[in-house]
Amino acid sequence: MAQITKKEVDVVVCGLGWAGSLMSIELAMAGLDVRALERGGERDYPDFAYPKPADEYAYNVRNKVFATPKEVAVTVRYNSSQTALPTRKWGAFAPGTGVGGAGMHWTAVLIRPTPTDLKLKTYVDEAYKPGILQEDMRVMDFPFTWEEIEPYYYKFELICGQSGNTGNLRGQILPGGDPFEGPRSEPYPLPALEDTLNNVMFKEAATKLGYHPFPNPSACVSRAWKNPYGNQIAPCNYCGYCSKYPCLNYSKASPQTAVMDALKRMPNFSYEVHAEVVKVVLHDDQKTAKGVIYYDVDGNEVFQPAKIVVLSSFQLYNVRLMLLSGIGKPYNPITEEGVVGRNYAFLSNGGATLFFKDKNFNSYATAGATGQMFNDISPGNFDGPGLGFLGGAKIHSSQATGTPMAAALPKGTPSWGMGYKEGLEEWYNHSMKISITTTCQSYRDIYLDLDPNYTDHRGQPLLRMTFNWKENELKLQQHLKGIVGNIAKELNPDSMSMSFLPMGADFDLTKYVSTHNVGGAVMGDNPKTSALNKYLQSWDVHNVFVPGGNAFPQNFQANPTDTIGAITLMAAQAIKEHYLKNPGPLVQA
Amino acid sequence: MKLKSLLIANAVLLGSFALQAHAEDEAQLIKQGEYLSRLGDCMACHTVSGKGDYAGGLAIESNLGTIYSTNITPDKEHGIGNYSEQQFSDAVRKGVLPDGSRLYPAMPYPDYAKISDADMHALYVYFMKGVKPSSEQPPETDLSFPFSQRWGMRFWNWAFTSDKPFQPIGGASEEVNRGAYIVESLGHCGSCHTPRGLGMNEKALDSGDDQFLAGGSLSSWDVPSLRGLPRWSEQEIVDYLQTGRNDKAAVGGEMKSVIEHSSSHMTDADLKAIAAYLKFLGGNPPLQAYNVQKQQATEAKLTAAKGLSEGERLYIDNCGACHFVTGKGAPGIFPELDQATIVNARDPGGLIHTILAGAQQPSTEKAPSTLAMPGFAKRLDDDQVAKLATFIRQGWSNNAPAVTKDQVAEVRKTLKGE
Repeated sequence: MAQITKKEVDVVVCGLGWAGSLMSIELAMAGLDVRALERGGERDYPDFAYPKPADEYAYNVRNKVFATPKEVAVTVRYNSSQTALPTRKWGAFAPGTGVGGAGMHWTAVLIRPTPTDLKLKTYVDEAYKPGILQEDMRVMDFPFTWEEIEPYYYKFELICGQSGNTGNLRGQILPGGDPFEGPRSEPYPLPALEDTLNNVMFKEAATKLGYHPFPNPSACVSRAWKNPYGNQIAPCNYCGYCSKYPCLNYSKASPQTAVMDALKRMPNFSYEVHAEVVKVVLHDDQKTAKGVIYYDVDGNEVFQPAKIVVLSSFQLYNVRLMLLSGIGKPYNPITEEGVVGRNYAFLSNGGATLFFKDKNFNSYATAGATGQMFNDISPGNFDGPGLGFLGGAKIHSSQATGTPMAAALPKGTPSWGMGYKEGLEEWYNHSMKISITTTCQSYRDIYLDLDPNYTDHRGQPLLRMTFNWKENELKLQQHLKGIVGNIAKELNPDSMSMSFLPMGADFDLTKYVSTHNVGGAVMGDNPKTSALNKYLQSWDVHNVFVPGGNAFPQNFQANPTDTIGAITLMAAQAIKEHYLKNPGPLVQA
Repeated sequence: MKLKSLLIANAVLLGSFALQAHAEDEAQLIKQGEYLSRLGDCMACHTVSGKGDYAGGLAIESNLGTIYSTNITPDKEHGIGNYSEQQFSDAVRKGVLPDGSRLYPAMPYPDYAKISDADMHALYVYFMKGVKPSSEQPPETDLSFPFSQRWGMRFWNWAFTSDKPFQPIGGASEEVNRGAYIVESLGHCGSCHTPRGLGMNEKALDSGDDQFLAGGSLSSWDVPSLRGLPRWSEQEIVDYLQTGRNDKAAVGGEMKSVIEHSSSHMTDADLKAIAAYLKFLGGNPPLQAYNVQKQQATEAKLTAAKGLSEGERLYIDNCGACHFVTGKGAPGIFPELDQATIVNARDPGGLIHTILAGAQQPSTEKAPSTLAMPGFAKRLDDDQVAKLATFIRQGWSNNAPAVTKDQVAEVRKTLKGE
C-alpha cells in the first residue's frame, strides 16, 4: 500500500474516547489545529436510535460495542517465570473501541477518590508501622494537591452533569452525601437519581450498622443538562440498558453527548476513524516526537506530522504504544529501573446476592449508576493498619439490571432448559445485590511489558500483563466479606449467595470484574519511578502527553473516570497556559 | 525644502489614510452585507451543500413545478458579476432581471421589496466582493405551460406586490420596528407564515393587516400563526430562533433550515427585536388551553398502565421514554406534546410526518447537540400511527380531531427514502 505524508498539525490525538475528546476540544478552543485518529469506527446517533440498543444478547452477551480480542489482545501470566498466553475471549476486562471509546457504554458512576487515596504513600508512611505491609508493595502519591486538582474534577463534573448528593462543601459536612469526600468547591451540578427499593433497604440497613450511605454519584443525569461546551444531556428514564450499551436517550454523559457535537463544529478540528496508530516517531535526539505513523481504512501507511502528540487510547494500549515507540525506559522488575510498564494494577469485586420471595425490585427500571454506596471502608477511615492490610472498597447496592439473561438466580438453578425457565419465572425481579469494588495496590513484580512470543496482525509484539492477587488484596476481601455478610443478615433474605476471593486465590481472567485497568505509565514527581509528570507529559519526550488510567500509580476504590477527566483537563490547561509559550518540560526533575 | 518634503509626506500620508479608510469602509460593508444575507437566508435556496456557496442549483418544489435556484456569485458568465447595483436591486426587490424577464416568486421579492436602500447597497457590495465566484451552471427551470410563460408574472406582480418601502409602525418602540423591518423584509417570514390567496400570493405583506403571519400551510404541514405566540415568552422565541429549541418546543420541517442558515446567525439584539415585534402583533387565534384535570388524568392512566387503549400502549412503547407520561418531555431537549402547536394543528400532516420520519435538531453555535428523534415508519403501520397520533392529539390538555389511517398513508407516500 501507498505511503502518504499528511500536512503537519499542531496536535495529533491518538484515540477518541473521553481523554482524546477532552484534549481535542480544549486544545482546539485554544486555536490549535487538532487532528484525532481513532482505531475503531464512527459511532453516532443513528446507531443508538430507540429501540436498537434494547438488545441484551448483542450488547451484553456478544459485546457488540467493544474491541475484539483479534484487534487488541494482550497476553497474561501470573508471574515472571511463566509464559504468557493471549486473551482469545474477554473475561475480567473488556476494552472499548470506536469514537467515544468505553465512554460511550460505561456504567457512568462519576465519583472522586478521597484526598487520602491521592496521597496514599504519605498516608502509609504516617499510619503504618514498618514491616506491617508487604515488602514488595510500591504505592505512590499522585503528584498534585487536592486544591490543585479539585477545580478540574468540578469542571469535568459540569461537563458530565454529575448527579448526586453533596457531602462536603468547602469543609462543611452535609446530610445525605458522603462525609468522607474531599472538600468540594461547589455542590453537585444536579440532584441525585431516584432511589429504587434495593437502595432504600440497603441504605436503612447500612445506616443502622453505623455506616454513611449516599446515592452513587452518576453521569446518567437526573435532569435536563446543558454543559459548558453547550452540549445537552437528557434526563435519564431508567430504561435498564446502560452499562455495556450506548444510551438510546442522550442521558449518559459520553464523548458523544458531552463533547463531540460542539467539537465537530470547530473548523480547526478533524478526525479520522479506522486509523490505527502503530508508532510515535521521534526526532534523532529522542527528546521530541515529530508525528505518528498510522494505517488508514484502505491500509495505506500514513505519516501524520505534529508539534504535539497526545496518546489517549485505553490504558493498556497507551503503555504499549510508548514501549513500541521507545518513549521512556521500559521497566525492569529485577533491577526496578525503567518506568514504562511499572505500577500496573487492576481491582477486585465480589458481594452477595439476596433473594426475597415477597419483594418486587422492579429491576428493569435502572440507570447504570442507580444505587447507594458508602465509603467508610476506605484508606484512613477504618483501622487498616490494625488489620494489617492497605486498601478499602466502596460497598454498594446498585440496582441489578433487569435484562433477563443477566438476572440472578439462586444457587442450584439449572443454567439452561426447562429448569432454567422455571427458575427465571420464579426468581426474576426478586433479588438484590450488595457489592464491593476494591482498591488494588501496585507491586514490584506486577507490571506490563512487550511479549516476546505473540504478535498482532502487523507483526508487532502484543502487550504482556504479569498479574496475580497479593496477600494484601485477599486479606481485604476477607474483611469485606464480614461487613457485607452483616448487612445481608440485617436485611434477612429468604436465601442468599456470597462471592468473595478466598485466601490463596489466583486472578481469574475468565470472569468479568470491570475494565478499570490502571497504571503502567504513571504520573509522579520522580522521573526514576514515573513515566509522566503531573501534567501527563513524558519526562523523556516533552511533546508527548499521555492522559488516561495509565497514569494512576495504584487503583483506589472510586471508579476511575472522574479522575481521568480531571487529570486530562489539568494537562490541557498546562499545555495551553505554559507549554505553547515555552515548549519543553513543564516540570523540572 | 524641508517644508516641501514634509508637505509631500503629509499628502502621501493623507492619501494612504483615505485609501485605508475606503478599504475599511468596504470591509465593513462586506461584513454588513454578509450579515444581511443571513437575515435574508439567501443561502438556504441558493446553495447546494457540497457545491460552492451561492452557486445555485437547489430544486425547489412548487405548485407550479420544479424551480431551480440560480448562481448568484459574482462570476461574470454564470453568476451575477455583470449586474449594476440598480439591476441587482431590481432583481431582489422587484423580481425583474436585466433582460426584462421575470423571476418566479419562489424568490421572495414581494417581501424583499421592503429592504432599505442602505441594506441593498451593503448586500450588493457583499455579493460582488465578498462572495467567491463560481462557474457552476445550475439546471434551467422548465415549467409547463402556462407557467413557463415568465412574462405572465408581470400581471401577478401588478396584482400582488407593492413597491411601498417599509413603513414603521407609528407609536411602537424602536425595537419593535427593527423587528418589524426584519420580519417583513429580509426575514420574509410571511412567505410561509402568511396565508396564501387564490393566486398563491401572500394575503398580506405587512403588519397593517390581521392576515399577516396568521399561519398557513406548506407541503401538508400547518404553518403556525406567529401573531403574539401567547404560549412562549420573548426569551423562548429568542431561544427557538437561535438554537431550534426552547423549553417547550423543538424545530421540525422546513423551519430547521431557516434556523440552521439564518436565524442562528442573528445577533441577540435582532432576535430580541423579532420577539418583541411578534409579541406586539395581536389577533391570536384561539389556543388549546392547559387543562389540568385532563392532563393529570392522562398522566395517571399512563402511569398505572391498566386498561390502555392501543394508542396509549403505543405511546408508552414508543414515545414515553423521551416525552414521558406527562407529555412534557425535557426542557430544551425533548419537546412538549401537551398543548403543542404541531400536535393540535388542524391538519395532522406535520405530526404524522414527524412520527414516521423522525426529526433532528440542527447544530447551532449556542446549542451544538444534534438531538434526534428516530422515525417510526418501519416500526408502525398506518393504522398504528393513526391510533398513536389520535391519542397524542387527544391526551393531556390536547383536544384535536382523530387521525385516520388514510391520512397516514398519504403522508407516508411523500417520505423520501426515510
